[in-house]
Amino acid sequence: MIQISKWKLMFLSAICVLGIFFASPNFFDRERVQETFPEWLQPVNLGLDLQGGSQLLLEVDVEAGLKDYLDGSVDGVRTAFRGDKIGYTGLGVRKNAIRFKLRKLEDRDRAFRVLARPMQDFEIAINEQGQGQLVLKPEVIRERKSMMVRQSIEIVRRRIDEYGTAEPNIQQQGEGRILVQLPGVGDPARVRQLLGKTAKMTFRMVHPDSHVLIAKNRVPAGYERLPSEEEGLPDLIIGKRILLSGENLVSASAGFHQENNSPIVNFRFDAYGGRKFADITRKNRGRRFAIVLDNKVLSAPRINNPIPGGQAYIEGGFTVQQTTDLALLMRAGALPAPLIVIEERTVGPGLGADSIAAGKMATVIAVILVAVFMLLVYTFFGVVANIALAFNLILLIAIMSVIGATLTLPGIAGIALTIGMAVDANVLIYERIREEVRNGHKILSAIDAGYTQAMGTIIDSNLTTLIGAALLFIFGTGPIRGFAVTLSIGILVSMFTAISLTRVIVVLWYHWRRPTRIAV
Amino acid sequence: MLRLVPANTSINFVKLRYIMFLLSTFIVLGSLAGFMMNGLNYGIDFRGGFLIEIRTPEIADLSGLRTKLSGLDLGDVKLQGFGSDTRDVMIRIERQPGGEKAQSIALNKIRQALGKDVTYRRVETVGPKVSEDLKRKGLMAIGFALLAMLVYIWFRFEWQFGFCAIVALTHDCTSIIGLYAFLPCLEFNETAIIAILTTAGYSINDTVVIYDRIRENLRKYKKESMPEIINRSINNTLSRTVLTSVTTLLALFALYFFGGNVIATFSLPIIVGITVGTYSSLCLSSLLLLYFKLGGEDRKQGAA
Repeated sequence: MIQISKWKLMFLSAICVLGIFFASPNFFDRERVQETFPEWLQPVNLGLDLQGGSQLLLEVDVEAGLKDYLDGSVDGVRTAFRGDKIGYTGLGVRKNAIRFKLRKLEDRDRAFRVLARPMQDFEIAINEQGQGQLVLKPEVIRERKSMMVRQSIEIVRRRIDEYGTAEPNIQQQGEGRILVQLPGVGDPARVRQLLGKTAKMTFRMVHPDSHVLIAKNRVPAGYERLPSEEEGLPDLIIGKRILLSGENLVSASAGFHQENNSPIVNFRFDAYGGRKFADITRKNRGRRFAIVLDNKVLSAPRINNPIPGGQAYIEGGFTVQQTTDLALLMRAGALPAPLIVIEERTVGPGLGADSIAAGKMATVIAVILVAVFMLLVYTFFGVVANIALAFNLILLIAIMSVIGATLTLPGIAGIALTIGMAVDANVLIYERIREEVRNGHKILSAIDAGYTQAMGTIIDSNLTTLIGAALLFIFGTGPIRGFAVTLSIGILVSMFTAISLTRVIVVLWYHWRRPTRIAV
Repeated sequence: MLRLVPANTSINFVKLRYIMFLLSTFIVLGSLAGFMMNGLNYGIDFRGGFLIEIRTPEIADLSGLRTKLSGLDLGDVKLQGFGSDTRDVMIRIERQPGGEKAQSIALNKIRQALGKDVTYRRVETVGPKVSEDLKRKGLMAIGFALLAMLVYIWFRFEWQFGFCAIVALTHDCTSIIGLYAFLPCLEFNETAIIAILTTAGYSINDTVVIYDRIRENLRKYKKESMPEIINRSINNTLSRTVLTSVTTLLALFALYFFGGNVIATFSLPIIVGITVGTYSSLCLSSLLLLYFKLGGEDRKQGAA
C-alpha cells in the first residue's frame, strides 16, 4: 500500500495520457478533424439519430422468390414431356408445387425418367391416378433462400451506390432481413421507391388483337393482362413467353429523344441479346412488343424496322427523374425476390444537431452537479474522486473512439448516467475509510482497509449492472445498443479508475503531506 | 463538510418493516391495478405505426393540420405542438390494417397531405412484423436480465438472498410499469425497456452492497441476532446508499431538464425507478431476509 511500484505508476500515467490523446479529436470541430486527422485518430462515430439520416429495414420476400423459381421451372417439365412425347394436362404451379396430370398412366415410369435429370432440384411424385407433383427439396429451398438474400444485398448495394450517398451501411440482419443505413439522407421516399422495385424487366410480344380482347374481357391461354405504368393508358394483353430479359442488358442511361426532346432511357443488349433482338424485330415487323417492368407495361412500341446492333430506347411520357431512376434500376439488375420495407426511421440533420447540443449541455451540467456535490461531501477526497470522474469521461470517450463504437442519443444518456453511478465505487471506498477511522484505525491502515474491503463489493455490485447492460445489448436494436455500450464501458472504466487511479493519488498525497488527521 | 446521513445512524429498520411491507404492497397492487385499468400507452416500437415530427415555416396551425390528416381516413391521429413558437409538431398515427404495403401507401398519403412547406425532423414507420419482434425481444431482455441477476446472486450468496433480491426486483419493475400506466403521456416503447433494465441493474447493485455487508457482519458478530445484523448492515451502508442515489439522481435531473425532448421522456421513469430501487434495497430485499434461517444454527432468528 505505502509503496507503489514505478512500473505501475508509469503504466497508469501512460493510460491517462493515451486516454487524453485518443479522446482529443472529439473536442475539435468535427468536420475539420475528419479531414485532417489520420484514420486511427478520429472522433467517436455518431449514430443516425445524432448525425441525421435514414435507416430502412427490408425483408426479402423469399416466398415470392421461391414462387417465381417454381414458375420459371414449369418450362423444364414442358420441354421434357414434349421431347419424349408424353401427354399431360393441367401443368402449372399450385400450392407450392408444380402439378400436372398424365394422360396415360403407362407413361408413369417414362415420366419419372425424363424428369429426373432436368428437374433434379425437385422431389418428384406421381400417384396411381397419374397426378404428378414436383416439390422443391428442403436443401434446395434453404440454399435458394440464402442465395436470394445474398443477391438482394448485392443488388441493394449497387442501387444505393449508384444513387450516390456517402458511406452507406448495408448489412444482413437475422436470416432474411437487410438493414440499410444512409447517413445524411433526409428524405428516404426516393430511396424507398428505388429499393421497393424488383426491377425485373422482360421483353414480350403484345397480342395482335389486344384491344378487342380487353373490350371482351377475355385472356387467351399463354397470355396475361397487364396494366400500363403510365396512368390513363389501357391495359394490354401480353404474351407470357419471355423473349428477352433484363439480364441481357449491358448498359442503360437516361437521355432525350432526338426529335421531340422528351426524356427516354437508352439501353444496349449484350451480344446474345442483340442478335436475338434483331431476330425478333425482323420476324415481327408491324406487331407491337412490350417492355414490362415488375408486371407493368413501360411501353409497347410498334416494330417498324428491324433493329440490328442491339441498341434501343424506351419512351413513355416519363419525367427526367423517372428516366434517371429507371436507368439506374436497369443497370443495377433485378432483385431475385421482392423487398418489403418493414421499418423506416429518419432523423433530419436539424434534429440530430439539436440532440447533440442538448446532450452535451445535459452531460456538462451533470458533471458539474456531481463534482460540486462530491466536493461538498468529501472535501479532499472529493477532489480525488473528481479527478477520477474526469478521467472516467476521458477514458470512456477515448475507448469509444478507438473501438469504433457508435454514440446514439440514448448513449448520451448512458454517459450522463454513468457519471452519476461512476462515483459509486469511490463512495464505497471513502465510506469504508470513514468507518475504519471512526473505529479507531490509524489513517494509513484505514485507507488500506477501505480499498481492500470495498473491492469485493465494488466488483459484485458492478457485475450485476453489467449483466443488465449485456442483455440490453443482445436484445436491443441500434440506439438501445448505444446505451448498453456506453453504460458498460462507463462501468468498467469507473471500476478501473476507482481501484487503481484514486488509490495512487491518495498514496502519493499521503507520502507528500504525512497527515495525522484525516478529513473524511 | 456536507453530511446527508449522520455518522453512526441506528435506525431500527426491522421494527419499521410492517409499514414498509404495507407500503410496498400498496405500490405493487396500485401499479397492477393501473396496468389493468389503463393498460400501457404503447409507442410505435411495440404497436407499429407512424411518428412524424415536422417543423412548419409559420406557427403551426394545429387544427388545420388535424382536419387535413383526419380527412385521410387513417384512424386515430394525434397531434402535439411544442418547441419555440410551436413550429414543431409531433404527429402520431396508428398502424394501418393490412400488411407492410399498407403502411407504405399510408405514409405517401400523409406526405402529400402535409405538403411541401414542412421540414421533416423525424419520420419513423414501424410495420407489424418489426413491432412484434421488438416487443418479444424487449420482454426477453427483461426476463433474461432478471434471471441472470438471480443466478449471479444465488452463486455469490445463498439462494435465500437471491430469492429476496428477485422479489425486490419484481417490485421495482412493477412500479415502473405502474408509472407508465398512470402517466399516459409516457409512451411505453424501447426506451421503457432501458428504464426498466437500468432500474433493475441499479437496484440490484444497491442490494448487493447491503448483502455484502450482511454477509460480512454475520462472520464478524457471531453473537448477534439476525435482526440486529440486518439493522447494523443497513445502517453501516446507509450513507453510501444515500450518497450514490443522490449523485445518480443529480445526473438524471440534468438529463431531464436539459437533455431535450426524447431524453426527458426516458429519464423520468429512471428517476422514479432509482428512487424506488433505493427504497426497495433498504426496506425490502434486506428485511425479507428475516424470514429465512441464515447465519448458522445457533443464531437467534425472528424479529427483535
